Amino acid sequence: MELTTVWFALIAVLWAGYFLLEGFDFGVGILLPVLGRDNRERRLLINTIGPVWDGNEVWLLVAGGATFAAFPEWYATLFSGFYLPLLIILVALIVRGVAFEYRGKRDDERWRRRWDRCIFAGSLIPAVLWGVAFGNIIRGVRLDEHHEYAGTFFDLLNPYALAGGLTTLTLFVLHGAVFLALKTDGETRERAGALAARLAPAAIGVAGGFLAWTAIAHRDGVGLALFVAAAFCLGGAAVATRARREGWAFLATGATLVLAVFGLFVTLFPDVMPSTIAAANSLTVHNASSTPYTLKVMTWVAVCFTPIVLLYQGWTYWVFRKRLSVEKIPA
Amino acid sequence: MDTLDLARWQFGITTVYHFLFVPITIGMSALVAGLQTAWVRTGNEHYLRATKFWGKLFLINFTMGVVTGIVQEFQFGMNWSAYSRFVGDIFGAPLAIEGLLAFFMESTFLGLWIFGWDRLPQRVHLATIWLASIGTMLSAYFILAANSWMQHPVGYQVNQAAGRAELKSIGQVFTNSTTLVTFPHTISACFLTAGAVLLAVSAWHLKRHNQPEVFRPGLKLGAWVVLISAVAVFVSGDAQARVMTEQQPMKMAAAEALWDDSAPASFSIFTVGTLNGDADVFSVRIPNVLSLLATGTPDGNVEGINNLQRAYERKYGPGDYKPNIPVAYWSFRLMIGFGGLAALVALAALWSTRGGRTPRNRWLWLAGVIAIGLPLAANSFGWIFTEMGRQPWTVFGVFKTAQSVSPSVSTGDAAISLIVLTVLYGILAVVEVGLFVKYARAGAPEIPPDSDDESPDRPLAFAY
Repeated sequence: MELTTVWFALIAVLWAGYFLLEGFDFGVGILLPVLGRDNRERRLLINTIGPVWDGNEVWLLVAGGATFAAFPEWYATLFSGFYLPLLIILVALIVRGVAFEYRGKRDDERWRRRWDRCIFAGSLIPAVLWGVAFGNIIRGVRLDEHHEYAGTFFDLLNPYALAGGLTTLTLFVLHGAVFLALKTDGETRERAGALAARLAPAAIGVAGGFLAWTAIAHRDGVGLALFVAAAFCLGGAAVATRARREGWAFLATGATLVLAVFGLFVTLFPDVMPSTIAAANSLTVHNASSTPYTLKVMTWVAVCFTPIVLLYQGWTYWVFRKRLSVEKIPA
Repeated sequence: MDTLDLARWQFGITTVYHFLFVPITIGMSALVAGLQTAWVRTGNEHYLRATKFWGKLFLINFTMGVVTGIVQEFQFGMNWSAYSRFVGDIFGAPLAIEGLLAFFMESTFLGLWIFGWDRLPQRVHLATIWLASIGTMLSAYFILAANSWMQHPVGYQVNQAAGRAELKSIGQVFTNSTTLVTFPHTISACFLTAGAVLLAVSAWHLKRHNQPEVFRPGLKLGAWVVLISAVAVFVSGDAQARVMTEQQPMKMAAAEALWDDSAPASFSIFTVGTLNGDADVFSVRIPNVLSLLATGTPDGNVEGINNLQRAYERKYGPGDYKPNIPVAYWSFRLMIGFGGLAALVALAALWSTRGGRTPRNRWLWLAGVIAIGLPLAANSFGWIFTEMGRQPWTVFGVFKTAQSVSPSVSTGDAAISLIVLTVLYGILAVVEVGLFVKYARAGAPEIPPDSDDESPDRPLAFAY
């Protein structure tokens, strides 16, 4: 396999990892006002992701860095082209990160309320916008002959991309609810599980619609197979949430996200950013990539260090594997 | 203002702001790890209280470093897409490696440290803060390797047909002489900054006779760290000046506003004048020091701006190759001045508290508290000097700043971004300083007696 293909696949893995992990972080943040009725409950929800949210966010930074290193043209076009949406995402992620850490640092109800709103908005906005961004990448954008984005901000808000945004939003909220059912105990577990069971059919409708739209528009065999597998997992998640099999439900929503991301990347390949002006303007794994030498260096780094990262990040989840309940939240 | 100006202002503001938090993170993570090690080894409770107290201040600061760091990685692509296209084959690698090796380590092990007090065996828990600390230093190494490549590009070849610089040797990039002098200079400055935090907060408490069992050792530790780091900053900075003179002579000439070649060259401590080549109205000068700083010999020749400008025109074609001279001149002096002042305060603090003394002089205490700002200012001026002094280049001798900006980003969008980030950073600064002061004033916590509750349902030792 060519190294450009390897790196395309690795970037798909990084995004899949990001959606799998920060996906439930976002879901927890969005569900904060829904499932957290008082301060103690809201603290319980936040503490389920407390030790891990920052490490989960690093998947995004590594995805960005890997794109810069392996496909500089893609990085340059994407980040300068999607300028305002990325600025909004940056602001959201900044405010959200600060909110997690600073919320409990003053014993003041108004202070906490304000940070709760930041956590909610800071989770909701990226959950939608990442889907919008991916929708636009798959659909193609106006790229001129220099591979520069020639469209406007409002061109990015087309129906297909918005459907993508709605898809990531519903999947992340479902994934978050399932995660909370798995990580909490008592009444919170009960309510999160019931909510997940109610959300699952909606997620099937929204995500199924978006993936079907994608499959019909692109007619990619392997992509279609992955979408079908994703849909199957999402159906499994619906059954598992109903049966309150929390571990299975979490595996199923996680697999749905990973398979959907893989399906989208397979559909995209060998383009990385198709142009809607002329096919010759499209960025592909070939014309956007770094030199074979750089890719070789980066491959060695990835091969040596990714397993170590996976091991210690996995260990963190093992250390904090116990369910939390409001009784365990110190006063 | 056009997109280029706005993008430069944004880079300057966001980078200086980010680097207020970074050195405190790098320095304090190691100091907190050291204090916790002392507790684990001696069992002395004062060390545990110190670990918890300084650890809390460290975390309040760490958060800001993390969230402002995301902007740093994104804005290369957002505002500097032409630069990203040109250098991505080389510059992207250290950034990606920084993420994979350093950011994962920092964030994961810090999460384990914060929440792991009652979940991990004592020594494993201690290891987590050390690993987080090593992560912060790895991060510094990779990002400085990337920056050093901009100061002194090595291990590359420009491919004219592809319109980009291409990597030929990753080994040369990671052993760039510029990186090897910049890394110790920056890391020692980080420790100087963290030492000043300990010194300042301890001084505030000691003046009020608060918890001397925690804050007298805190003051001493901080002051010693400042002093030792200051020596390391000085020695590494001296090596760096010589490397810089060799690699970027224009930066050295601009640092002194030296218009004509000079041997021996004197160093001006400060100047009243325009710095535009006219005679100074007034200046205080030390003979031979610039020659010594730049060349290592007291009467070495230091090239002046005019000669270098002519040489660069011959080499790179017509154009203005001078950085902003007053900015280079003053930022260089202010860096040295603020750093030196911090060392003096540390010396005074050690002298006046020797042998159990507690001085009554309130000016001394005030100087101690102000010491927290001195290295922060020195760090900022250091970066302003090294980045502004490289102008008009982003990659010295290879790629200009004016070529680097994103062609597809409108002035309006760049202005929105600059304004939004500046306002947000301003608000967060108020919040951060407010919390930092609140927790600094609260003093070290008492350690509750060991709870006998070993049941799996016991409350968490720490929760948000």
